Parts: sequence; structure tokens; C-alpha cells
Amino acid sequence: MMRSRLLWPLVALAALLVLNVAVTPSFLELRIQDGHLFGSTVDILRNGAPTVLIAVGMTLVVATRGIDLSVGAVAAIAGSIACTYIAGGGSAVTAVLLALSVCVLLGLWNGFLVSVLGIQPIIATLVLMTAGRGGAMLLTEGQIITVKSSLYREIGAGFLILPIAILISLAVLVAVALLTRRTALGMLIEAVGVNPMASRLAGVHSRTIIWTVYVFAALCAGVAGLMISSNVSAADANNAGLWIEMDAILAVVIGGTSLAGGRYSLAGTLLGALVIQTLTTTVYTIGVPANVTLVFKALVVIAVCLLQSPRTAQLLQKRRKSPRSTSRSPEVAAG
Amino acid sequence: MSTLALSPTRLPQRFLPVMATFVVFVITFGVGSFRYEGFASGQVVANLFVDNSFLIVLAVGMTFVILTGGIDLSVGAVAALSTMIAAAALDAGWPPLLAVLAVLATGTGLGLLMGLVIHHFDVQPFIVTLAGMFLARGLCFLISVESVSIDDPSFRDLATGTIALPGGVTLTYSVLIALAVVLAAVYVLHLTRFGRTVYAIGGSESSARLMGLATTRAKVGVYMVSGFCSALGGLLFSLYMLSGYGLHGVGMELDVIAAVVIGGTLLAGGSGYVAGSVAGVLVLGTVQTLISFEGTLSSWWTKIVIGVLLLAFIALQRLVVRRRP
Repeated sequence: MMRSRLLWPLVALAALLVLNVAVTPSFLELRIQDGHLFGSTVDILRNGAPTVLIAVGMTLVVATRGIDLSVGAVAAIAGSIACTYIAGGGSAVTAVLLALSVCVLLGLWNGFLVSVLGIQPIIATLVLMTAGRGGAMLLTEGQIITVKSSLYREIGAGFLILPIAILISLAVLVAVALLTRRTALGMLIEAVGVNPMASRLAGVHSRTIIWTVYVFAALCAGVAGLMISSNVSAADANNAGLWIEMDAILAVVIGGTSLAGGRYSLAGTLLGALVIQTLTTTVYTIGVPANVTLVFKALVVIAVCLLQSPRTAQLLQKRRKSPRSTSRSPEVAAG
Repeated sequence: MSTLALSPTRLPQRFLPVMATFVVFVITFGVGSFRYEGFASGQVVANLFVDNSFLIVLAVGMTFVILTGGIDLSVGAVAALSTMIAAAALDAGWPPLLAVLAVLATGTGLGLLMGLVIHHFDVQPFIVTLAGMFLARGLCFLISVESVSIDDPSFRDLATGTIALPGGVTLTYSVLIALAVVLAAVYVLHLTRFGRTVYAIGGSESSARLMGLATTRAKVGVYMVSGFCSALGGLLFSLYMLSGYGLHGVGMELDVIAAVVIGGTLLAGGSGYVAGSVAGVLVLGTVQTLISFEGTLSSWWTKIVIGVLLLAFIALQRLVVRRRP
């Protein structure tokens, strides 16, 4: 089932790549210059790194039947804190640690609202989404704070053959995949998403798990916020990470993770994030005004969602009557 | 307020969140009148309505959707699209009435589309309306990337025309339109089958369907109502700004959702009142007025205060309605 869910995003990604090659034949070319890998595909990866990272955190939140709207605001806060601290004469390392610890606190706050007070995730995180950006603006006093720190710049703009940003995102993705799929953690997270009460009665610490995923999501958002601000060596509290929560949620959904919780696919999320980023880049290359990207984004999202919808699957299944064996074992009650 | 009179049989406890919102409104307003001279004037109250008439209309539409347990993230973008269509159509020399009809038809049509996808393909409202939001914003920029000003004389007359009330208080026509929408919504929600079905779906969709209520019609209908309200709200906003622009009302959907939640409507659906949403908008408006009266405070405080208010009201809801899952 999960395999076939990945089919449509994969088709979308392939179609986008083919379209790009048709428009710019040199699209897939890669060259090495000063020990760095250059090319359009590398750019896609680099610009998509924050979205990938946030989407990984979001995937786990969504798997517990939650949602985190505050990630964009948290990203803005992380960038603002780091840049304000560095601009005030602090070292880059302390700035990063400071920013990330604040993000952990924000994640604890979200997790507290959701898991202890039992507030609906959309609303609980809406609080921080609204107030958080206001807080970031207060911190930077409405200014765009620029910093000159070569060390800080490495996070978002540095290269180790590949851009450091994408290496961080992929490392997190792989770590999460190993941690949740090689241990029982992933299954526990899915169990909480299927039925928090039942899993609690079965002895799963659902409260701790929910709390942890929100902290993790906030931490991912924090690192992504550092990437965004370090890429331009500035903190723009107003625009940094604006709508990135929407992109991340879209990536998660395109990747076949149901918003109803209970199952998730990290590979799907990566694919979803790549589809979104490639789409954005494609629209730029074709030469459509940047803001019109949104129309294409909407169309792709609707198309992929409709194709993935159980109703469509039923219709398709009626057509071809060949029952396929599902190779994946832990298929928990799909919503 | 009118809902109180309309359904006297319900438990008074159900009105607690709405009443709490009114109390908060009175308190914030009281704080303002205590601190600043000239705050407690009829005109300041009137301005709350004048400056937020579009928000009231949007909040009414959102209340319908949230009552069924759904959510509509597209309202701000559809409102922006409405300002854009209105401005572009008037610019192209369309008669104002035709432009207004085109705007309302577009908004309702978008709502219908989203409702159909949500209902017939079982895709979450969150995602569908998110896509609707992207689509509407994108369409704005497809019409024009720049801001288009509205020069049509009848639009300008409507925008600048004022109604003098006794005591030197003036209102705009937008306020009358917004209040008419509120009254119509109260009527529909409490005195029609459609309204009853909306509440029933929010309570339990499967029970409502098993009871033989027309759930499909109501479920798709609420998104049409919300689309219509967004379009109308957009028109009021275009009267307020006298321009159409794709970046109008960015983040407005969050203000609207905040107003509805502060107004005591449960996001799980099934419980809430339009009057509460109006009160919610008034609370947000008062906070904004307070901060502008203060003068020294950065306007970002508005966001923070809204966040804190949201939190307070959610906590209150948890206390009042423990029995809900």
C-alpha cells in the first residue's frame, strides 16, 4: 500500500524533472568547482533543505494525529535569536546553542498544551504561530539584522562537496528513519496516532511520545531557521520561514502520510519536499512570475491528493482486478 | 445576543464561552476607557465595527465551517482575490453591479469546488482549503502583480459615504452589510433545516447521516457559505482599501480563526454561535485600538496579545466542556 502511495509523487517528480530538461537541456548537469558540486539539482537540494528538515519533524507530529503550525514562527525566532546574539558580539557556537535551546523550550510548550492540557493540536500550535512571529519581531525590533560570521554562514551556505544544509537535513532524516524503524519507536508513534487512549491502556507512554515529537519538530524548525538566516547572513523576522509550515505539511501529505495519523512514510516526506521544491524551481526556470508559483503548487497538491484518496484507489481497483500482495508488515489500521 | 433569545431551551452552560467573550470585550474596553481620555466614546465603538466589518463577515462564514468540524484556510486568499477581481473588473469598465456579482460568484464557486473535493474524495479540509488558499493567491497575481486602485465613482461613494447616528457617531455602509450578514447567519443557523444539519454534523456526522439529514448538502454548503462570505468580506475590504492587491489580507485567515475560537466556537464542531464570533472580532479590534492608543507599544504586541487571548479561551473551553473528546 505504502509503495503504491509513493508512486504518484514519484511520477510528479519525474515529470517535473523531464519538463525542466526539456526547457533547459543543461538542467541535470553537475560540475565540480573549487571542490563544490554545482548544478540546478544541487540548488534544488540546497533551497529545499529547510523544508525537508521541518517536514521530517512534521511527519512524526502528523503520525501522532497532530499538526504543528508554529514551525515557521519557531524558525523565525531561532534565526532572530542567533543573529541578535552574534550581532551583540557573541560567538556563533553559543548563538546556535542558545537559539536551539529556546526552540526546545517552545517545543516543550507546544507539547505541554497538546499532551497535558489535551488541546487540539491545530489550535495549540496556532497560539505560538500567531504570538511567535510577534515575539521574533520584538526581538529584532522590526529590523533585519545582518551578521558577519563566517562560521555561522557555513550552516546555510557552506559546502562539503554538497551543501552543508542538505547534509544536515539528510543526516537527520536517516537518523530518524533508523531510530524509528529499527526500534519499536515508530510503531509506538503510529499506535498513539491510531488511538491514544487504547495505546495508553496498552502500556504506551502516549503523553511522553506526543510531547517528544513536538519538541523534536520545534528543534527541526530551529535548525531550519538557522539555515535560512545563515544562508543570507541575516535574520528577517517578518519573512523568514513564512508559510514554510504549509510547505512542510504539503510535503508530508504528498508523501502519503495521512493527516488522520497512524502511519507515516519518511521516504514519502523527502519525496514530497523535493516535489514542492522542484516545482518552485521549475516555475522560476520557465519564467512565470514568482508569485504565480502558488497556482501550480495548488494544482499539484490537489492532483496528488485526489490520486491518493481512498475513493480514487477504490475506483482504480475496480478497473484492474489483480490483487497485489503488500510486502510491508506493520500496516496499522489505515484511516 | 440574538441567539440567546432564539434558543431558550438550551442549557445556559452552553452560552458560557460566548458570555465570557463578551465579558472580556467589556473588560478590555473598560481598561481602555479608564486609561485614555476619549476612549469610551460612541465613535470608538462605531469604529470597531467600521474597521472590522470585513473581518465580521469572514468570521461568520468561518463559523459555519467550524461548526461542522471543518476548517477553511482559504478565506484570506479568497478575500484578496475578490479585491483583485473587483478592482480589475472596474478598471476594465464593467458596471459595478456586474463586478460585484462576478466576485460573489467566484468566491461561492471556489467554495463549492473545495466542498465537493472535501466531501466526495475524503481529503482533509485542512489540505483542500490550503490548496484553495494557494490557488486564490496565485490567481490574484495572475490578474496583476501590482496593486490596482479602484476609481469607480459608485464604489468610492459607497466607501466614503457615512450614516450619521444620534450623538455625532458615524457608520459606513460596510457596517450595515456586515450586520445584515450576521442576522442572516443567525436566522439560517437556528431557524432552518440547513442550520440544524450543520450543528448535527458537528456533533456526529455519522449519526446525522443515519438520522436521514441531508449531510452532503450541508457539508458542501458550509464551504459555499464560507466562500460567499470571503468574497463579500473581500468586497468590503476593497471598499476599505479602495484597491485590489494580491497581498491584501495575508494571514487574515488566522485572525478569523482566532476570532471564532475566542468567540467560544469549538473547533471539534457542533457547538458555538455567530454572536460569539462577532464578539471575538470585537475583542481583537479592541486590542488593536488599545495598542494604537498606547502609542509607544510596537504593533507586534497585537499578535502576542491575540496569542495569549487564544490560549486563555482554549483553556476556558477545556474547563467548560470537559465531556467532549
